[in-house]
Amino acid sequence: MASKSGTAKASFERHGLTDEQLVQMLRTMLMHRRLEGRGFELNRQGKIPFASAGEGHEAVQAGAAMAFVRGKDILVPYYRDLGLDVGIGLSPLEVLLSLFARAADHSGGRQFPHHYASRKLGLYSISSVLAAQLPHAVGAAYAIKYRKEAGRAVLTTTGDGATSEGEFHESMNFAAVHKLPIVFLCENNEWAISTPLAKQMANPNIVDRAAGYGMPGKQVNGFDPIACYAAVKEAMDRARSGGGPTLIEAKCYRFLAHTTDDDDRTYRSREEVAERRKDDPVPNFERFLVERGVLTAEGLEDLKRSVLAEANEATDRAEAMPYPAPSDLYTNVYADTHQPWR
Amino acid sequence: MAVTAGSKVLNNVEAVRETLYEAMKNDDRTVILGEDVGARGNVFLITKDFINEFGPERVIDTPIAEASIVGIAIGMAMEGLRPIAEIQFADFIYPAFNQIVGEAAKTRYRSNGEYTCPLVIRTPYGGGVRGALSHSVSIEALFYHVPGLKIVAPAFPADVKGLLNAAIDDPDPVLFLEHKKTYRLIKGEVPEGHYTIPLGKANVLKEGKQLTVVSYGLYVHWALEAAKKLEDEGMSVEVIDLRSIRPMDKTAILNSVEKTRKLLIIHEDNKFGGIGAEISAMVAEEALFSLDGPIRRLCAPDVPAMGYAEPLEHEYMSSPEKMADAMRELVRF
Repeated sequence: MASKSGTAKASFERHGLTDEQLVQMLRTMLMHRRLEGRGFELNRQGKIPFASAGEGHEAVQAGAAMAFVRGKDILVPYYRDLGLDVGIGLSPLEVLLSLFARAADHSGGRQFPHHYASRKLGLYSISSVLAAQLPHAVGAAYAIKYRKEAGRAVLTTTGDGATSEGEFHESMNFAAVHKLPIVFLCENNEWAISTPLAKQMANPNIVDRAAGYGMPGKQVNGFDPIACYAAVKEAMDRARSGGGPTLIEAKCYRFLAHTTDDDDRTYRSREEVAERRKDDPVPNFERFLVERGVLTAEGLEDLKRSVLAEANEATDRAEAMPYPAPSDLYTNVYADTHQPWR
Repeated sequence: MAVTAGSKVLNNVEAVRETLYEAMKNDDRTVILGEDVGARGNVFLITKDFINEFGPERVIDTPIAEASIVGIAIGMAMEGLRPIAEIQFADFIYPAFNQIVGEAAKTRYRSNGEYTCPLVIRTPYGGGVRGALSHSVSIEALFYHVPGLKIVAPAFPADVKGLLNAAIDDPDPVLFLEHKKTYRLIKGEVPEGHYTIPLGKANVLKEGKQLTVVSYGLYVHWALEAAKKLEDEGMSVEVIDLRSIRPMDKTAILNSVEKTRKLLIIHEDNKFGGIGAEISAMVAEEALFSLDGPIRRLCAPDVPAMGYAEPLEHEYMSSPEKMADAMRELVRF
């Protein structure tokens, strides 16, 4: 690692990615940041009650998404995975419908933002309880293996906070015992809301736990989208070909407060955040692509303009769409009725 | 016991076993997972030899980790398998509480029907077997508050088979409670072949005119014994076996109460906040003016559990005698 934090000095080796793929990754990162910013803007405008923040997670999520095979793989994400969801095909409109809690949202306006559910995308439904989705990912991986569906794997994610939960342990253990086609990607942003890594675990290297379960582990710079892509690609390929599970720890950092309801000035210094901002993966990756001639300065501006235009159009369309009806509260409790009495 | 053609006599263990066996035989999406369900064949031998016939991929000896037994089953169900998860004793279900209440029960709702969770969680519960604090609890009241779950607690082998089949076929998560004292104690005729009993349908076991008794599980058998004794004393008591706790058969309860005009609810679980509280409230809301006496509940005392020592277990549990006393008192009210 280049620094104590593990996020400085991304090397950006290309790992066989085409120019087109590199630009697509940058586009995912730009869209991630734009849509998350939009959530905060709409909240400050009083238009939506809540938004969560993943600034600093753009690189790891865009990289992981590039290693996901659409139409085959399954993603069981956590709630801070907007960029990963967008990277596997979730549209900006679907994101805005979630932020606005509209009827056409995947959950019908029931869930907090960024808790999606789409069979078409292979995107599993989650709650907000940390690590609770991990056994579901393991069960899905078991089903894939049981049906002998070669070439498919499950990608599941958590933050560092979820690694303290019992289900993190239980899921990794079971996946390793059964050599399941699954990759556990931990996006370690060093903060569980207000609780720093040092109060969460004595060993700050989450990747070390892989050895305890008898599975390979890999630590990557989560500010380097290409390194994250390469790590997830290698692990997913191993999973798809019967090689069993992998734990990947991507070191990143949460630049904003946990959510619009959080104030991170109460638990960490502005100096710390400013220092880590120097390694912000979004401008760094922009610069890299321009310096390498993958994008011209003009091309970059065009890309940013198209991301903004798409986000704006999605915002306008979603805002104009209706809320769920009060009667929608009563649907989909059970297959038949919501009444407890017969 | 005389056996009807097309039936055979089974105890409750055998009824569970036979139903699970048929489910495994008929649908290769069905898998069983839990602690000691494979090589050991379950601690009550319910799945004995299953692993030899269906293989370790379908009869999964899990690590001792209840949250992920249920959680992994949820993922299997979301991905198209039909898992039957076992919690070895109901007392061990607490680590899985979030997976059952927060996840399984809400999968359909939170995804607006995009994902569903057709999952059966079987677990032995109940006392009278010297099970002490951690092998004898009743857990139904902790879960019946939760929309999205279904809960079944059959008392007779034929109901075990019909309701377990219905639970396995059901598109939503079902908690299937098996009273362990009835496992080998209770025998009965079980029809051959596949059949289901609808979830949410109670069974009027004995008709009567002066009092309605509602119960489920082991206590159904004791209530029936007490009611028959009262018959010899010239009192006419109707006994209803709920069979399903959620959904619950309101029609059967109200029809009976409107006829007998008195209601006694008997259960092994604690009184405070128990199933009887909901039934009492429902009857008070819907049929107050049909009643000729107070609604009564005969339930466990408000202590954390029954003790290991015989007198402590005895004090906690009801009995046909205590039930007969409560019935007499209410009939005479």
